[in-house]
Amino acid sequence: MHEPAVKMDADHAAAKKSKLGVILFLVYTLIYSGFVFIGLMYPEVMGMHIIGRQNVAIVYGFGLIFLAIVMGFIYNWICTRYEDEATANEKEKQK
Amino acid sequence: MIYDVSIWAIIIFVTFVAAVLGLSFFFARKTKSASGYYAAGGNIHWGVNGIAFAGDYLSAASFLGICGMIAFSGYDGFLYSIGYLAGWVVALFLVAEPLKRLGKYTFTDALDARFNSKAIKLTASISTLVVSVFYLIPQMVGAGDLVVPLLGLPHYAGVLIVGSIVILIVATAGMTSTTYVQFIKGALLIFFSVILTVYIINNGFNLNPGADYHNFVKTGVVFEDGKIIAVSDSTYTLGETATIEDKYTFVSLEKEGVTRWFKLSGDSTILEEMLSVSLLDNGTKLYNGEPKSAGKFFQVGHLSKIVVDGVEVEKTGPLGPFEFLSSLEDTEVVRFTKKEIPQANTTVWYQTHTPGADMIKPGLLLKISKDSGATFWSRLNFLSLMLALFLGTSALPHILIRYYTVASQRAARKSTILAIASIGFFYILTLYMGLGAAVNGVLDVESSNMSGPLLAKYFGIGLFSIISAIAFATVLGTVSGLIVASSGAIAHDFMDKFLNMKMDDRRKVKAGKLAAFGVGIFAIVLGILFKGMNVSFLVGLAFAVAASANLPSILFLLFWEKTTAKGIAWSIVTGILSSVTLILFSPTMYEKYGLPPSSALFPIDNPGIISIPLATIVLVVVSLLSQNDNKKKVENYHHD
Repeated sequence: MHEPAVKMDADHAAAKKSKLGVILFLVYTLIYSGFVFIGLMYPEVMGMHIIGRQNVAIVYGFGLIFLAIVMGFIYNWICTRYEDEATANEKEKQK
Repeated sequence: MIYDVSIWAIIIFVTFVAAVLGLSFFFARKTKSASGYYAAGGNIHWGVNGIAFAGDYLSAASFLGICGMIAFSGYDGFLYSIGYLAGWVVALFLVAEPLKRLGKYTFTDALDARFNSKAIKLTASISTLVVSVFYLIPQMVGAGDLVVPLLGLPHYAGVLIVGSIVILIVATAGMTSTTYVQFIKGALLIFFSVILTVYIINNGFNLNPGADYHNFVKTGVVFEDGKIIAVSDSTYTLGETATIEDKYTFVSLEKEGVTRWFKLSGDSTILEEMLSVSLLDNGTKLYNGEPKSAGKFFQVGHLSKIVVDGVEVEKTGPLGPFEFLSSLEDTEVVRFTKKEIPQANTTVWYQTHTPGADMIKPGLLLKISKDSGATFWSRLNFLSLMLALFLGTSALPHILIRYYTVASQRAARKSTILAIASIGFFYILTLYMGLGAAVNGVLDVESSNMSGPLLAKYFGIGLFSIISAIAFATVLGTVSGLIVASSGAIAHDFMDKFLNMKMDDRRKVKAGKLAAFGVGIFAIVLGILFKGMNVSFLVGLAFAVAASANLPSILFLLFWEKTTAKGIAWSIVTGILSSVTLILFSPTMYEKYGLPPSSALFPIDNPGIISIPLATIVLVVVSLLSQNDNKKKVENYHHD
C-alpha cells in the first residue's frame, strides 16, 4: 500500500499538536476576518491614522504578516515541547 | 515599449541560466529512483527546504505580478501579499504535518491513503493537472514579459525559452534539482529585493523621475456652442473628438505630421497628453502617433505634487521605511488608466491624478467604498478574492509535494515556518517596490508585470540584470516544480495507480519525463495566448481553483471521520467544474474574448465565494449518503 517516502518515527504528540494547530488557526482566521470585514463594511476606516501617521490598512496589513510569523514560531516552540514530552513518556513506559 | 538592450544584462542572464542548468545536470546524475525524482529521496534539510518553499512560492506572481499591481493600483496589489501569506497559516497549522504523515509522492497519494479508491486517484490527478496548468499560465506570461526588455526579444520568444529550458531541467533531474534551484533563487530574490528597497527609500520622492522622463504636454481649449473648436497652443491642429461612457472626452491633435491623443480635464479647461496605441486600417500599429521603433511610447508614473511640512517641494531626500509610507500621503501620484476609443481603433492611457493617501489603502482596483463606485458584486469580488487567497495556498499541489522532500514531520513544520518568515519579509518589501515603481517613471503601461525589474533598471543596469536573471530563474524554478507535480499526476497517479500499468521504478521516471514534456508544450501555448494579463491576477484564479477543488477534501479528510472516498471525488469534480466554469464566464475572460465585460454571465472575477462552499457542501452530503463505503477503509491507516 502507500508507505511514506521516508520511514518516520511514531508521532505520539500528534493529537495535541493537531488541537493546538486548530486553535491557532481559528485565532488567526478571526483576526484575518476582521481585516476583510473592515474592508468590506467600513472601507473608509482603512485610511484613518492609527499609529503615528500610519493608517489602519498599513498597520493591520503589516500586522497580519508579522502575526503569521510570530504565531508560527510559537506553534513550533510548543509542538517541539509536546514532542519531547511525548518521547520522554514513551521511554519511561518502555523502562 | 522599446527598450535598450544591455550587453551586460545578456551576459549576467546567460551566466545565471547556465548555472541553473549546470546544477540541474549535476543532480540529474544522482536521480535514478522514483522517490528521488518525485520527492528528492525525502532527505532534503529543512532549512534548504524552507527557503526552497519560499523560492517555489515567490513565483512570477509575487515579484512581477504583485509589484506591478501595487505600482498601477496601490494597496489593492498588497492585498494579494497579505492573502498569499495568510494562506500559509492554514498550511502550517492544519495541513503540513498530517499530510506529511499520510503521503508518499504526490497530493493524490495523501488523499487516497485511507481509501485506495480509483475515483480519488482519477479526480485528484486531474485536479493536480488543472491547478498546475492554471498556475503555469501566469509563470509563462511573466517569462515572456521579462525577455522583452532584457534580451530585446518578442514576448513569445521568452515563453519558448522558459518552456524549453524547463522541459530540459525537469526531463533530466526532477525534484532534487528543482529544490536546490529554488533554494538558491529564493535566497537571492529576497537579498536583492532588500537592496532594491534600500535604494527606493534612500531615493525618497522626486517630482522629476529622471532627465529623460517625458514631459507630458498640457494645453488650454477654446469652446464654442459646447464644442472644442481650437487649442491654446497654435502649433497643434485639432483632429477628432471622442466621448466615451458619457464622461470622458478624448481629442486628437496633430503636430508636424504626428497625431497624439489628449484628455479633456474634469473642469473642461485643459487638454492633457495621453499615451496611445492606434491600429490603422492597413494593420500598422502606431505608438503615440509614430512607429514603435521611434521610441515615443514612454515609460510613465510620476508625482505631480510633494508636500513636506505644509510646503510644496521638488523632492524629499532620503526617507525611513515608515516615513516613506507616511510621506506618500502628502503627495499626488499620476497613474495611467486604460480606455478604448473604438471609433478610432485606439487604446489610450490617460493621466489619473491620485492622492498619495489613496495609494496606501484599498479601493483603487477593487471597488469597495461608495466613493469609488462600489456595488454588491464588486464587494463580493473582494470577499471572494480574500477567501481564495487564504484557502488556496495549502491546496496547491506543487507546494504540497514539498512536504515529502524532508525526513520528518518536525522538519516539515520547521520548513514551513522558515518559509512563512522569509515569504512574509519579502511581501513587506513588495509594497515598497511597487510604490517605488509607481513614482519613479518606470511603468510600461502595456505590461504591469515589468514594474519591479524596470524599477531596478532605474537604479542601475547591473541591479536590473541581476534582478531580471533572478526573476527569470524564479519562473524557471516555479515552472519546474509545477511540471514535476503535473508529471507526477499523469505518470504516477493516473498511469501507475489508476490504470494499474504496473510500471517499475525506471519506467515510472521515464513516463514522468514524457508527461513533463507534454505539459511543458501545453504551457508554452497558453503562455503565448494569455500575453498582457497581470500574472498575480492569474495566480489569484489558480488559487481559487485549488481552494475549490482540493482544500475541502484535504481538511475534511484530516478532521472529519465520516469523510468517504465518494465524497472526496465528487467534491473535487464539483470544485474544478464550478470554479473553472465561473472563471470562463467572468468579466475579465469576456474582455479576453473581445466582448464587453459588463455583459459577463458571472459578474465577478474570482469564483471562490461560490465554488469553495459548493465543493464543501457536496463533500458533506455525498459522504453522509455513502457511509457504508467507509467500512471498506484501508485498515492500516493509523490514527494519531
